[in-house]
Amino acid sequence: MDARVQRETLITLSNAGVTRGGRTLVSGVDLTIARGEIVTLIGPNGSGKSTTAKLATGVFKPSTGTVVRKPGLRIGYVPQKLTIDWTLPLTVDRLMTLTGRYTSSEIHAALEAVGAARLLKAAVQELSGGEFQRVLFARAMIRKPDLLVLDEPVQGVDFSGEVALYELVRQIRDTTQSGILMISHDLHVVMAETDTVICLNGHVCCRGTPSAVQRSPEYLKLFGERAAGSLAIYQHHHDHEHHDDGCVTPEGHEHDHHDHAGHDHVR
Amino acid sequence: MSTTTTITRGTTMFGDYFSRALIAGVGLALVAGPLGCFVVWRRMAYFGDTMAHSALLGVALSILLSINMTLGVFAVAALVAGALIVLQRQATLSTDALLGILSHSTLAVGLVLVGFITTVRIDLMGFLFGDILAVSVEDIAIIYGGGLAILVILVLAWRPLLASTVSPELAEAEGLRPEASRLVLMILMASVIAIAMKLVGVLLITSLLIIPAATARRLSATPEMMAAVAAVLGAIAVVGGLFGSRTWDTASGPSIVVMALLIFLVSLAVPVTRLFGRREETHGT
Repeated sequence: MDARVQRETLITLSNAGVTRGGRTLVSGVDLTIARGEIVTLIGPNGSGKSTTAKLATGVFKPSTGTVVRKPGLRIGYVPQKLTIDWTLPLTVDRLMTLTGRYTSSEIHAALEAVGAARLLKAAVQELSGGEFQRVLFARAMIRKPDLLVLDEPVQGVDFSGEVALYELVRQIRDTTQSGILMISHDLHVVMAETDTVICLNGHVCCRGTPSAVQRSPEYLKLFGERAAGSLAIYQHHHDHEHHDDGCVTPEGHEHDHHDHAGHDHVR
Repeated sequence: MSTTTTITRGTTMFGDYFSRALIAGVGLALVAGPLGCFVVWRRMAYFGDTMAHSALLGVALSILLSINMTLGVFAVAALVAGALIVLQRQATLSTDALLGILSHSTLAVGLVLVGFITTVRIDLMGFLFGDILAVSVEDIAIIYGGGLAILVILVLAWRPLLASTVSPELAEAEGLRPEASRLVLMILMASVIAIAMKLVGVLLITSLLIIPAATARRLSATPEMMAAVAAVLGAIAVVGGLFGSRTWDTASGPSIVVMALLIFLVSLAVPVTRLFGRREETHGT
């Protein structure tokens, strides 16, 4: 039903790698994100997830390979960790205009969208983890980004908050049609709407739709037998339409459509 | 040159040394307050101290090379900042240790060099603790000209500066240039140190940056408000300190710092119930 066949490509990483101080942080990453597409990176600590995200955002320049962004690509970024010192007085209102100018109605609308409108005048240091995360989402969204980069967006958020945030990501994708690059904080947790899961371990170890990755031998090998079948795939509560062009793997991996099967959370 | 007209006008306007000191000090405080906020936010207090200590080396070198002293101090402070960035990239010693080395060695080298200078009589105490009562009309012109330039740059670069203070990564991802912001900030700090040295001396400069800003924190809800409050509090400290030093015949530079400290201490007594930054009443969530 939805005509996403010719979705605009936002960013392409080709054989991209980063070497810092003689150490290879990540190498040989191929990755394409198109409008309305959700790509999730998983992998152990130090596997290069954040490095790959930083390649996409431009914080790191590729030492090898190339990163090609759509000209004028606007990125919204939700960082992994953001601690704002008490010495810096910052209200939510002010945080929203950190990197750009927005009207108060735009700010209100963005906060409303994440259910945080009542926090407008609150000092950011007073927010709970979940509230702060929502505000950071709103801050990234207000830019109307083409590409939204979420580095471990649900870290430090409790379980119900986690589900709500994933729902939010889905909404953002649906309403703005932005591409989303997400790093999962947990090896075994991936949103159901993810089109492509890329499993990293210094290099791309396996990729495909969530359910394909879950069954791939590389995934099992990397995360051990214990992980077998434990890739929890988050779904939102309502039933929804599936699009059938989920996977954009250039190698043409076997990919199947996600099928709401793997709902065995490991918590 | 129009300086002659300034001077003739100056003799009437800035007649006595005390008014000149007031005008110069207030001008400096208005710049040091907002810039000091960044020093506090970015935890650059020791860094600022290091740059300030290097100012004495700048004084010695300017005399030896007979160049303009303000320029010499600026250049040395900026070089020290640059050296620190380079050394930090090597990542061998901690920033803390590097600052300790740079801070005290530049001060010591400056003191040794000053000892070599026999052609000019140097008022070492004046450079270490400042001599605000000796400011000339030209000094005031430099403070207001330089200060205005610093404030204009600060206003123009405010958003990227603040964004990269909150998170360099986020700023970079969203198309700003945090490295450039950092450079701008260092140049501004070197400039403030260069124009402040004569007034409060190399040992006390950072106090004018930090104490009003730290005081302003409790009274402010936004970064912009904190910058404005810091500027005003700094100006009050200058005026209060100078009048105090005249009344009790105390050293002027240190009196200003003591006044800033007193304001800070009084601000601590302001009840912690914050006037600002409260969320709207939440009903049962």
